[in-house]
Amino acid sequence: MKRALIAYCGITLLLTSGCSRKSKQPPQLQATAKGAAIVESSGGKQIGYIGLPLDQPVVVQVNDASGAAVAGAAVYFSGAPGVSFEPPAALTDSSGQVTSAVSLGQQAGRYKISASTRDASGKNVEIAIEEAALGYQQTLGAQLNAQYCIRCHDPESSPLRVSNMDNLSVKPHPFTEGETLNKMTDADLIALISHGGPALNKSAEMPPWGYTLSKSDIAALVAYIRAVADPPYEAGGLVYAQK
Amino acid sequence: MKDKLKSLWRFFFGDSARAFGSASLILLALLAISPAKDHFSQWRHYQKQYLHLIRGRADAVTLERHFQGGIQQIWIPEQQVTDRCTTCHLGLKEASLNDVSAVAFRKHPVIPHSLTEFGCTTCHRGQGAATTVEEAHSATEQWEQPLLRAKYIESGCGQCHLEKQTATPFLNQGRQLISTSGCTNCHTIKQADGTYIVPEDDPPSLKHVADKTTREWVYAWIKDPQAYASTATMPNYHLSDDDARDISAFIIAQSAPLEPPLQPVKADAKAPADPAAGTSLYGQSFCASCHAMQNAAGMLVGGNVGPELTGIGTKAKPEWLPDWVANPNHYDPATMMPHYRFDAAQVATLAGFLASKTEPDFLANVHLDPATPQQIEHGKRLVLENGCASCHEINGIKKPENFAPELSRIGSKPMSQLLFVEGVERSLPGYVSAKVRNPRAFGSSLKMPQFKLTPQQVDAITTALLALTDRAQTQPPAMRIASVQQTKYEPAGHAGQLMKDLRCFTCHMINGHGGDMAPDLTWEGTAVQRDWLTQFLKNPETLRPALIRRMPKFNLTEAEINSLADYMMTVYQTPQFDRDWLPVSEFTPATAEQGRQLFYSKFACQSCHIADFAKDKGYIGPALAGTGKRFNAAWVYHWLKDPQALRPGTIEPNQHMTDDEARALTAFLMSLKSTGSKEVAKK
Ligand code: HEC
Repeated sequence: MKRALIAYCGITLLLTSGCSRKSKQPPQLQATAKGAAIVESSGGKQIGYIGLPLDQPVVVQVNDASGAAVAGAAVYFSGAPGVSFEPPAALTDSSGQVTSAVSLGQQAGRYKISASTRDASGKNVEIAIEEAALGYQQTLGAQLNAQYCIRCHDPESSPLRVSNMDNLSVKPHPFTEGETLNKMTDADLIALISHGGPALNKSAEMPPWGYTLSKSDIAALVAYIRAVADPPYEAGGLVYAQK
Repeated sequence: MKDKLKSLWRFFFGDSARAFGSASLILLALLAISPAKDHFSQWRHYQKQYLHLIRGRADAVTLERHFQGGIQQIWIPEQQVTDRCTTCHLGLKEASLNDVSAVAFRKHPVIPHSLTEFGCTTCHRGQGAATTVEEAHSATEQWEQPLLRAKYIESGCGQCHLEKQTATPFLNQGRQLISTSGCTNCHTIKQADGTYIVPEDDPPSLKHVADKTTREWVYAWIKDPQAYASTATMPNYHLSDDDARDISAFIIAQSAPLEPPLQPVKADAKAPADPAAGTSLYGQSFCASCHAMQNAAGMLVGGNVGPELTGIGTKAKPEWLPDWVANPNHYDPATMMPHYRFDAAQVATLAGFLASKTEPDFLANVHLDPATPQQIEHGKRLVLENGCASCHEINGIKKPENFAPELSRIGSKPMSQLLFVEGVERSLPGYVSAKVRNPRAFGSSLKMPQFKLTPQQVDAITTALLALTDRAQTQPPAMRIASVQQTKYEPAGHAGQLMKDLRCFTCHMINGHGGDMAPDLTWEGTAVQRDWLTQFLKNPETLRPALIRRMPKFNLTEAEINSLADYMMTVYQTPQFDRDWLPVSEFTPATAEQGRQLFYSKFACQSCHIADFAKDKGYIGPALAGTGKRFNAAWVYHWLKDPQALRPGTIEPNQHMTDDEARALTAFLMSLKSTGSKEVAKK
C-alpha cells in the first residue's frame, strides 16, 4: 500500500514537467524587510492554456500593517505540480511588488496558485490566486467563441473587434458570468445554442447555430462556457492546488 | 569456523541424494524469481490501486466489469503503435472518472479520436511498449523520446492534419510564423502530402536598392533591423561594424540603376502647401490597411501586409518616393502594392507626407567613408557566407540551394545528431525551441540569425516543427488531411492585366488564389448587379461600418471600370444557379411585408444587420439597406437558404428557413434601395 502510494506520487511527479522540479526548491532569499499582508495586484482569474504561460504575469504586493507597500520582502510562489513560475521567488521592488510569469500545469481545469511572504513574527502570510487552463475541447470552444459569439457576448471592444452588444435590445451575458450561466443545465445550453433564443423562450436575437456548427462544436462551446465561469460551474469541483 | 562450513557443506551436498535435493531447491528458487518480479511489478500496483479506487464509487459494478487485469496493449501495426499505457491508465475511457484527481486513472479529456484507433504515443510520445513508469515516460538509454509536454501537444495533430483546424490555434500560428518569418527561404520543409511550406515574408529585391536608399541606411538596417522598425521581419545577424560596412558597400555596388532612371527632384521643389492634405490622402487611400505607422501617441496603427512606414522618410531617397507612389511596378514588378492611379498633385502630396516621416536618430551615428575594392570584395564573401541571396535578389549572386538543413523530419531527429550546449534542456523539444529562440547560443560562428519572437511564438513554432515526424511521412496516406494550397489561377485578358496591376489578389481570393483580407470574389458576378459594381469601383464606400480595413479608391478611368465590371459579371459566376433565376417582378408588396416581419421578429436579423439606417444598429454583418440596388435576388435567396454553400466559413448562421420564408425575406431585402450610408459611431 505504502509502496503503491510512493509509486503514485512518483508518476504524478514524472508526468509533470521539469519546471516543477525547479519550483520545488525555491531559492532562499535574504529579505531586507518584512510585511504584514500580501495582496494581488493583477494577473488573477486569467484564462490560459495547458502548459503555456498566461498572457499576463501575476503581480502581488506586500504591505505593512498600515497598508503601505513594503520593498525588499521575500515572496514565494507555489502551485500544483506542473505549474511553473518565472521567477519562483523574488524580493519586492521599490513599489512593494513582485511580478512572475506563470505557466499552468498539464491538465485542463482550475488552478489555485499561492504567493506567500513571512511577517515580522515569522508567520507565513499567503494569498491564493485562481487561474484556469483550457485543454483541447475548451480551446476549440474558445476559438469558436471568438469566431461566432464574442461580438454579441462580450461588451469589450478592440480596434479589430467592435462589440455589438449595445446594438441588441436584450443584452446577452458574457460567458464568464457564472451567476447566470451556471444555473443552466448542459442540455439547456445545447438546446439554446443549437436552436436559438426561442428554444428556451428567449429572444430571437440569439441565433440558432445547430445548422452551422456541428454537435461536437457545440459541445466544445459548452465546455468552454463551463471552463471560464466565474464563480466556477462546479462549486468545490476539482482544483489543482498545492497539496 | 572452518569446521562449521565443512559440516554445512556436508549437510547439503554430502552425498548424491543430498546434492540433488539441494540443487533442485536452488533451481526452484531461481525459477520463482521471474514470476515474483512480475507479482511485485509496478503496473500490478497500479491495477490494485485502480480497483481500490473504483470499488469505492457508486458505479463500481460497471467499472469493474470494464476492468481487465494483466498487461494491456493497443497494437496498430500500420501506424507503428504498440502502446501498453492502458495497463496502468485504466480509466481513460470511463466517462464517470473525469472527477478523479489522480491523473493516472482519470478519464482522457475529450478529443475527436478514439484511443483504440490512434494509440497514445502517436500524440504524447513516450515509450509505448514499456511497462514501468520510468521507461514509459522518460528518456532512457534505449529510448530517446520522453512524454511530450502539454504545451506542444498540438504537434500530434499536425502529423496528419496539414490543413488549418479551428481546434489547433498554436499549431496554426506556428506554421504561419514559419511562413511569415521566412524560415523556408533557407530551410526546405516538405510536408507529408508532398507540398512545401512556402515563405510569405516577401523580402524585397535588392537589384536597384541604391535607387531607393543610401548605403548609410543599409548599414544601420542590417546591423539592427528592429531599431528602424519594431515590426521588421528581417532577423538580426549580429554583424560587427566592419562586416556591416563591407556588406553595405557590396550591396550598393551591385545595385543597377532603374530603367528608365528616376526623375531627379527639382531643386526648386517646395514642400506641399498643406501638410494636412498628405495625412488625409494617406487616410482616404487606406494605406493603413496594409502599412503600420506610429501615431503621435507612439502607438502603432495599421496592418502588417506591407512594411511599417514610421521612418520611411529616413529610409527612402526623395526621388524614389514619388516614383514608387506613382507606380510601384517600375521599381519592383513583383511587389504586393497596388498601382494606385494618383494624379501628379496627389503623388507629390503623398510623397511629401511620407518624406516627412523621419527617424533621424537611426542614422545619427553612421559615418561611412567611401568603400574600397577590398571592402566590397569582403562584403561579397560575407553576402555569400550569410546566404543573403536566399531571401533577396542581388545582382551577380545566385540564390543558394539548400542553404540550411532541411527540416522535413525535424520532429523525429535522433538525439545523436543534436549538439547540445550549456543551458539547453537535453530533449528534442528543448533543442528545437532553444535553436528558434537564440540560435547563436549554439556558437557565435553559426549562420542562423536572431529572430524577434515572443516566448509564446517560440513555443508555437516549436509545436509546428515537432509535427514534422517520421510517422507523419510514413503513415498510410489515407490518414492525412492535405493542406490547402494556393492555386495558380490568373485572370485572363485585358481585365486580367488590370486586376494584376491593381493587385486585387493581395486582398481578395478568386478561384483559390489570393489573400484573405477581403471577400472572396469567385462568384461576385452572380451576387451583385453590374450598376452597383461600377459605382463601387468608382467610389468604394464602406460596406461594413465596423471594419478598419477598407477597399481603397484607385481613381480608375471609366474604361477601366467597364472592363473590370464586364469581366467579373461574365466570368465570376457560380455554377450552382442562374443569376436571373428569381426575377424581382415576381414579388408582391404583401410578400415583402411578410419578409419584413420575419426580418425583425422570427429571425431578428437586425441584431447584426442594418435594414433601415434610422432605427437598426447591428453591425456584425454588412448593412443591407441598399440590398435591392446591390444584389441579385437569386443570390440573396440562396444565401439565406445556406450561406456556407456560397461562402464556406462565413459566420452568418444558417437559419434553416423554409423556401417560403427565404422568398419573403428576399422580397423584403430587394425592396430596400437606400443609397445613403451612415458612419456608425465606433466605440
Ligand atoms: C447576434 C448576437 C448574438 C450572437 C452572435 C450570439 N448570441 Fe448568444 N445570445 C444573444 C442574445 C441577445 C442572448 C440573450 C437572449 C435572451 O436573454 O433573451 C443570448 C443568449 C445566449 C445564451 C444564454 C445566456 C445569456 O447570455 O443570456 C447562451 C448560452 C448563448 N447566447 C450562447 C451563444 C453562443 C455559444 C454563441 C456563438 C456560437 C452565441 N451565443 C452567439 C445574442 C447572440
